[in-house]
Order: sequence, then structure tokens, then C-alpha cells
Amino acid sequence: MNTALSRFQDGFVQAILHPHGDVPDDLRALVRQPGFAVYRNTVLKGCIDSLQANYPAVLRLVGEDWFRAAAAIHVRAHPPRDARLLLYGADFPGFLSDFAPAADLPYLRGVAMLDRFWTESHVAADAVTLAPAALSGLPPEQLGELVLTPHPAARWAWFDDQPIYTLWQRNRGCGAEGVECSESGEELVWTGEGALLTRPAGAVTWTALDAGGCAFLDACAAGRPLAEAADAALARQPASDLARLMASLLDAGAFRGAPACADSTLTKEPA
Amino acid sequence: MSTASPTAGLSLKPRYFDEALACAEPGLWFEVHPENYLVAGGPRRAWLDAVRARHPVSLHGVSLSLAADAPPDAAHLERLAGLAGRIEPVLVSEHLAWSDWRGAYLPDLLPFARTNAALLRIAGNIAISQDALARRIAIENPSHYLRIDGHAWDEIEFLNELSRRTGCGLLLDVNNVYLSARNLGYSAEAYIDAFPADAVMEIHLAGHTPDPLLGQALLVDSHDAPVAPAVWALYERLIARIGPRPTLIERDEQLPPFAELLDERKQAHALLQVTNMACA
Repeated sequence: MNTALSRFQDGFVQAILHPHGDVPDDLRALVRQPGFAVYRNTVLKGCIDSLQANYPAVLRLVGEDWFRAAAAIHVRAHPPRDARLLLYGADFPGFLSDFAPAADLPYLRGVAMLDRFWTESHVAADAVTLAPAALSGLPPEQLGELVLTPHPAARWAWFDDQPIYTLWQRNRGCGAEGVECSESGEELVWTGEGALLTRPAGAVTWTALDAGGCAFLDACAAGRPLAEAADAALARQPASDLARLMASLLDAGAFRGAPACADSTLTKEPA
Repeated sequence: MSTASPTAGLSLKPRYFDEALACAEPGLWFEVHPENYLVAGGPRRAWLDAVRARHPVSLHGVSLSLAADAPPDAAHLERLAGLAGRIEPVLVSEHLAWSDWRGAYLPDLLPFARTNAALLRIAGNIAISQDALARRIAIENPSHYLRIDGHAWDEIEFLNELSRRTGCGLLLDVNNVYLSARNLGYSAEAYIDAFPADAVMEIHLAGHTPDPLLGQALLVDSHDAPVAPAVWALYERLIARIGPRPTLIERDEQLPPFAELLDERKQAHALLQVTNMACA
């Protein structure tokens, strides 16, 4: 495409995103008009506002000035690919981990990942959650052969060496949806932590999850039966309490429920 | 809004959810940007479904990018068609502008020169969109901040020709007319008087603000203030000529209490009632 309209649009985008870059000759006079700044400011503000809305815990940790300066750099390098700005910023955690001014904030990427998990959980497809009582009464051998699928809105991760979950949940959602930010004076214990985000009753909720629990869910997501998921949990964390883990995962709504009428087939092996 | 006389609506933000759901003002309808609801599931979809169960809803898109020199994004159009199928909106509208270019989305409504080539491209894009959505859409007149060289068409003639070629309707944003006329130096009254009456499916009213640096010399379509008196006057002039049409109070920033928006909406509603009686 090399029409006049295409060339205009190429030059216009270039001039919006890169104010100090080269502008094609036929657009120079246009870009110099005072009104051009309205477009440039609106585009940049819209993108930065979206990142700010999508990464509230990062925002609270670094402050608004730092956040918006970093976001402006990210926006110019990675403008939105999609008009659904509530999904914008999938690569922002990665950007932060490579961002030189954030070098002394090594936990930012992990905190940003959990902010991103919240967004993904918030917009994920609807599905019934597996009720805690669904598995009660199954003999252990049948339980071990069962394959459970994580709920579409479930997200989890383990972070070695860093208390990412505590940092995140202390800074997430202050004042919104009745969530209080913890101003706890308790000192952070600088150790690894994991998190599980789910959406059991329409709203995203979260809970701590240990390394064994994360390995367990990774195995379930890979389609492996519960016995193998249990092995994975124990391999990762030999002291895992599997009964307690299973109860907390069910309680959080971490698994997709089977259709109500298919309960009886849930426990059967495929023919 | 179909057989009954046209009424006034409000743009809807998530923070007004409970009040919007409970509100029983006669004729009240709501408008949303579909981009905020094109998700697989979750509370946003449930929220819109709940509002839709109580009130008519209009979908006002900001990202079809009809004036880009490329067809609309097929995946976006498919998602939009899915939402429209579910919500059954009273209207789907879009803008005479572009925002999506070579895979990058720039969240604004960007200008272009109204050439014959642009007319062909945009008419084609409107036709693609109307086919995918299986409905007539309305196209909104944009806000202007730039003097662009190379216009072969007057804006009203351009919109009229798009409507003639594609059967699309038009959405007349009176605030856009006011501030564009001020910014570029033409008569807002003449524009309002010349706008093709039969094609107008909806009217928008919103607030604007002076540019922080240039003041009154550059008005910005900020949707962050009440509708200005001069815009109300243009609106009265418009509906006195074309008769009542569904009218939206748009507010996207500096959101006031819901009751304040309802008061503004009542003002439009009252003007529509008076015009309706005069036309009857």
C-alpha cells in the first residue's frame, strides 16, 4: 500500500509516537500546528492511563511520577496492538525487568506479573467451578486417576527468593472494591512466595500458594492425573500436605467444574 | 426508541453501575464503548448484561478505524458482531476517523484529507462493517484541531455521500461541531443548518475544555465538563429544524455524581419533549 492516505497515516503515526524523530516533508507543516499536540497528548495519555489502571500495585510501589515516565517509554516502544485497552500491557512486566532505572527494584517484574494475572483472571471465560464436595467419598485410587482442569480464570506462579505475593497484596486494590491496602508494619520476610488468583463468585480473589501447590497446578494444567500432580508437588516440596492443598485449591475455585449431569463419569477412565 | 418518541440517554461508566441499574427515569437509555466489553467472560460482561436487561443500550465504537487505508480488523469486527448479537443494541455507531494502523492502536480519533480515494476506502469499510454486523450503523462527525491540505470534499457532503453509497446513518455530535468551527474558523450554525436531517440517527452532547496552553484559541473535545451553553443553543436550533432524535449526554472524565448527569440528561429530555409536541 503506497497511496497518499497510507503515506499520510505512516507519517502521522510516526509523528505521534516519536516527536523527535523524522517527519516526512509533506507532514512537517501539519505537525507544527498547535492542534497536532492534542492528538499526540491524547494518544499518549490514553495509553499511559491504561497501563496505570492495569498495574495498580506497581504504581503504588514506584509512585505516579516514576510510573508515568516509565510507561511513556514503554508506550512509544510498544504501542497497543488491540483497542481493548483493559488488556494493554501484556509485555510491561518484561519491560520492567529490563528497564535500567528499575535495576534496584528487582521485585517489580513479579509484582507486575500478579497485576497482569488479575487482569487475565478478570476477563477470562466463564465456567462452573468444581465444588469442594465434588470429590468427597472417592476412593484414593480413583482420585489419583482423575484429571482436573484449572478454571479459565485461575492464575498462579511461584517466585523464588522474593516475597512477591506479600508485596503485591499489600499494594493492590487500595480503596477499590472494599479491598484495604495493608500498611502493616510487619517486616517483609525475604523468602520465596507464590500466589493463586481465582474468580469463584464473579470477582477476582487471591490467596498464597506454596511451591508444591504451584507445581501441582502446573501438572493439572498439563493434563496430568492427580496422582502425577501429587508427585510433582512432593518433588518440588517434599513436605507438601496434599490433603490440605487439595482442600484449599477446591475452596478457592481453582478447578473447572464438570457439567452437573456428568458427575458419575468424572471418575471413570476413558474407554 | 423505535416507535416511541426519541428520548435522552447517558454514557455509562462502571462506577455508576448500581445507580444505573436501579434508575427508572422514563425513556432512559445508556451508551457504552463496546471495546470495554469485548472480553471472554467475567464481571464486565455480566454487568453489561444486567444493565441491558433493564434499559436499552447503544454501542458507540471508537476503534473500527473506518478511515484507515485498510479494511477493519476482522477479529475485532467478529467480536463486535458477537457483542451486538448478545446485547441487541438500539444502535451501533462509529466515527469518521482512524485509530488503528499497521497493527498499532492509537487511542484517539485521527484526521485525514477528504479525498475521492478516502471516500471509496471509507465507504468500503462501512459496507464491510454493516455486513459483518448485519445492521445499519451511524457515523459520527469528528472534532477538528488541524487545518489539513487536500480536502476535495466538504465534510457534510462527504458524510452525505457515505450515507448515500452505503445506506449508513449519521450521528451528529453538536459539541464536535461547535469546537471544530471555533478551532478552524467556520460557522457552527451554518454546519448545523446544512446537516442532512433524514440521516441523523442520534445526537451527542458533551463538554469541552480550552487547551491548557492556547486557551480559547484551541478547544479540546475532553468530555470532562457539563455541556456548554453555546452547545445547548446549537442543539435547540438543530432539533427545531430536524425534530427530536435520540440524544446522548456524553461524559468520560471528571465523572460527577450520577444525579448531576441525570439533571443534564433531563434538560435534553425536556427539550425533546417540547420539540416532540411542536412537531406532533
